[in-house]
Amino acid sequence: MFRRNGNQCVATFAVDEVRVLRKVAGEVVGLLMDGFDHTDPVVGRLFPDIYPDRPDDSAEFRLYTEGDLKTGKIDTAGAILAALPDDGPGEVRLDGEEAEAWLRAINDARLAMGTRLDIKPDTDLGEELDAAVVDDPASSRVFQLSVYAYLGYLQESLLNSLPELP
Amino acid sequence: MALPQVAPVETPDIEEVPADDRPWVTIVWDDPVNLMSYVTWVFQKLFGYSRDQAELLMLDVHHKGKAVVSTGARERMEMDASQLHGYGLWATVDKA
Repeated sequence: MFRRNGNQCVATFAVDEVRVLRKVAGEVVGLLMDGFDHTDPVVGRLFPDIYPDRPDDSAEFRLYTEGDLKTGKIDTAGAILAALPDDGPGEVRLDGEEAEAWLRAINDARLAMGTRLDIKPDTDLGEELDAAVVDDPASSRVFQLSVYAYLGYLQESLLNSLPELP
Repeated sequence: MALPQVAPVETPDIEEVPADDRPWVTIVWDDPVNLMSYVTWVFQKLFGYSRDQAELLMLDVHHKGKAVVSTGARERMEMDASQLHGYGLWATVDKA
């Protein structure tokens, strides 16, 4: 988890955390680089229609803005990959700009995972996880829910370690 | 010989009143994934609100399901919504 150290946000990651973060950031990049399927709910959530009742206006707006939005999201996910140790445990030190990129990229990853996991406003993550473990402790859903919860704690710790905005 | 033709200078009519002068608004919708603290931070960052103001706006979104976060010309609202999308917030544009 992140803590404040001078002007930097600092975290020491175990080898498993480094691998999970690399995997998650890599998956976001992969999703954005691959062919873009607008019927995929994850794509729909990361790139919402700006005019929900006017598909033509939304499509036109998308035409002009989606490229930049996509590039921005790829860059922020790249910021996670760039700051992490290659493999193995290690310390990550982020300045203000890097911390912002991490916050955005962690958020995109949580949005993607949360959409796939069908997280609802009344979802209790603890209960979901318990139910998934009872169902099959080795399932991918257990892993996904754990990573999703972990990313939430990590994002919160990074928010708490940011210098106060004026 | 013709004298050089000088086009008359026209003053653009900036007083023109649009047929429908209702402004546009940017709306942020509640969603189950974004952390409350993150949404507050985004509002501070993008709109320059104090922490308290940003928190009130975030709670408005959270409790009512959506809230207007900016009002003005259509192009500016589109820009706001697009920036909010960059931060992962669920934003749309509509007439006020």
